[in-house]
Amino acid sequence: MDKAAIVGVAQTRYERRKKDQIFADMVFDVTRAALDDAGLTINDIDSVVTCSNDFYDGRTISGMAVGDAAGGMDKNISTVSGDGTFGAFYGLMRVLSGYKATIVVAHYKGSEGDVKITTNGMFDPIFHRFLGIEAISAAALQANAYMNLYGLTEEQFAEVSVKNHGNALNNPYAQLAMKITVADVMNSKKIADPLKLFDCCPISDGAAAIIIAGEEIAARSKKKPVWIKGVAHCCESYLLGDRDLAKPVALSEAARKAYAMAGIKNPLREIDVAEILEAFSYMEPLWLEGLGFCKPGEGATLIGKGVTGMGGRLPVNPSGGALSANPILVAGLARLIEATLQVRGEAGARQVDKVNTALAQGFNGPCGQSHCVWIIGGKK
Amino acid sequence: MSADNQKPERLEATFAFPMLYEWSIGLYGSRFFQEIMNNKRFIGIKCPGCGKIYVPPRRVCGPCFKELTELVPLSDTGVLTAFSVVNYPFIDPNTGSRRPIPYTYGYIQLDGADNIFSHIINETDLSRIKVGMKVRAVFKDRAEMKGNIEDIKYFELIR
Ligand SMILES: [Zn+2]
Repeated sequence: MDKAAIVGVAQTRYERRKKDQIFADMVFDVTRAALDDAGLTINDIDSVVTCSNDFYDGRTISGMAVGDAAGGMDKNISTVSGDGTFGAFYGLMRVLSGYKATIVVAHYKGSEGDVKITTNGMFDPIFHRFLGIEAISAAALQANAYMNLYGLTEEQFAEVSVKNHGNALNNPYAQLAMKITVADVMNSKKIADPLKLFDCCPISDGAAAIIIAGEEIAARSKKKPVWIKGVAHCCESYLLGDRDLAKPVALSEAARKAYAMAGIKNPLREIDVAEILEAFSYMEPLWLEGLGFCKPGEGATLIGKGVTGMGGRLPVNPSGGALSANPILVAGLARLIEATLQVRGEAGARQVDKVNTALAQGFNGPCGQSHCVWIIGGKK
Repeated sequence: MSADNQKPERLEATFAFPMLYEWSIGLYGSRFFQEIMNNKRFIGIKCPGCGKIYVPPRRVCGPCFKELTELVPLSDTGVLTAFSVVNYPFIDPNTGSRRPIPYTYGYIQLDGADNIFSHIINETDLSRIKVGMKVRAVFKDRAEMKGNIEDIKYFELIR
C-alpha cells in the first residue's frame, strides 16, 4: 500500500440537542476546523466523502444537503450511508487511487427523529419490524446470548460503564461524563433486560471531520501526520437469526486483515491504546475478544483486571467511548479522531503514555453486522 | 435589521404525517405466511450446498451463494436461545399503536431449522424464563389472520 496519513481532525462537542445548528452548520464547523488543524485550505482538498443516513436525517440523498458545507463545490463528492470508519475507509481508497486529499465528514442528530422508529427501520419490514425490535432490544438480545454462552454477569458489564463515563470526565467533547459506581449502573432504570440505563449510550447530536492525504500533502501539513498502517472491514449476515450473536466473526476477520497489513502479531503487546465503538457496555468485552486482545469469553476478565483502565497495559476508550456520546455514524469517526489525538500526544488530560500505535474500530448494522478496524501510528 | 444572533428563539419544523410504503413480500415470504394461514405450520428452505435449513425461506444461502428451492415443513416448536424483557414503550410501525410493556422478545431455534427465528414470548417474569426452554407457536384464529408476522400471536413456554 502507498503511504497515506491522517493530517487533520475535528469534532463538535457532543450534546443531547444542538438547536442552534442545522446539519450543514455542524458540517461547516468541523470542515473548517479540520482544515485549520491540518494547516490546509479547501483548495488543497480534491475529494469529499460525507457520511449520513437518509432515514436518520428524514430526507433522501442526505449527503447532498451538506455538500457545500463540506467544501464540495466543484469537487468529486460521494456519500457513505454508514459509520464514519467506513467513510474514512472510502476516503483512504480515493487517496490511494490518486486524489491528493480527501475530507471525510459525518453528521447525525438523534434529537430530531424518534430513535426507536429510525433504528427499527434497519430491520426487515416483513418479518421483524412489526415485532418492535430496534437498536436497544437487538443489543439486549446479543447481551443475553453473550452472557449465556460464557456465564458472564451484569456487574462485569457495569464496570465498562463506570470506566468509560469516568474517562469522559477528561474529554471536553463528551456528552455524559460521570463518576459512577457499579451499584449506580445496577440500580439504574431497567431498559431491556439485561441492559439498564447506564449500560446504554445516550442520544446525541454532533459532527466530525477527518482529512486523509497522500505523502505530498502530508509533507506540508501543519501537524505531524498520523500514518495509516493497516485497515480492513468485513461483514456477516444481515439477519440476526443467521448469526451467532455471541461471536463477532466479522470483527475477528477485519482485525486479522488489519493486523496482517500493519505487521502486528501480538495485538495486546503491540497496540498502545484502543478506541472502540461500544454503544452498549457489553460490547466492549465482546469487541475486545473479536479484536484478539484476549480469548473468546475473556473480555470481561481483561476489563476486571484493570488492563483496559487508564493505567492499564491497554487503555480502552480514554475518550469515554460511545457510552459517553453516540452520534450514530459520527461515533466511529470520533474513535478514529481520538486514536489520532492519542498518537499525536494531543489528548490532554486523557493522554496515554507513549502511544506509538493506536487502534480504532467502528461498526455498521444491528449488533455489529459489519466492522471496520484501523491501525495508525506516528512512524511512517 | 438587528445583527444580534444570540437573542432569537430557535424554532422547529415538524412533519407529522406518516410516510407510507408498500413492501412486496415476494414468493417464498408469501408461501411462508400462506402455510401459516392454511395449515398453521412453518416452512423453511434447504440449501443444496451446505444442507442448512433457513426459516423464513429465502432465495440465497449467504455462505454458499447458492439458489435455494427446496421448501421443507418445520415444527411449531423450538428452543429459546436468547431473550430480552423490554421495558420501554414501542410504537408499532404497522398500527401506530403502543405495544403494552413489558414484553419479551425471543430468539428461537425452531425444531428442524438451522438458523434462528424471532418473535414475542408470552412470559415477562424473569424468574420464569430461561435460555434453553422449549417454546411453541400460538397462532391466531384463521378468520383473524392477515398473512403477516402477527398471524403468530406469540410463542408460549412449554413447561
Ligand atoms: Zn448453503
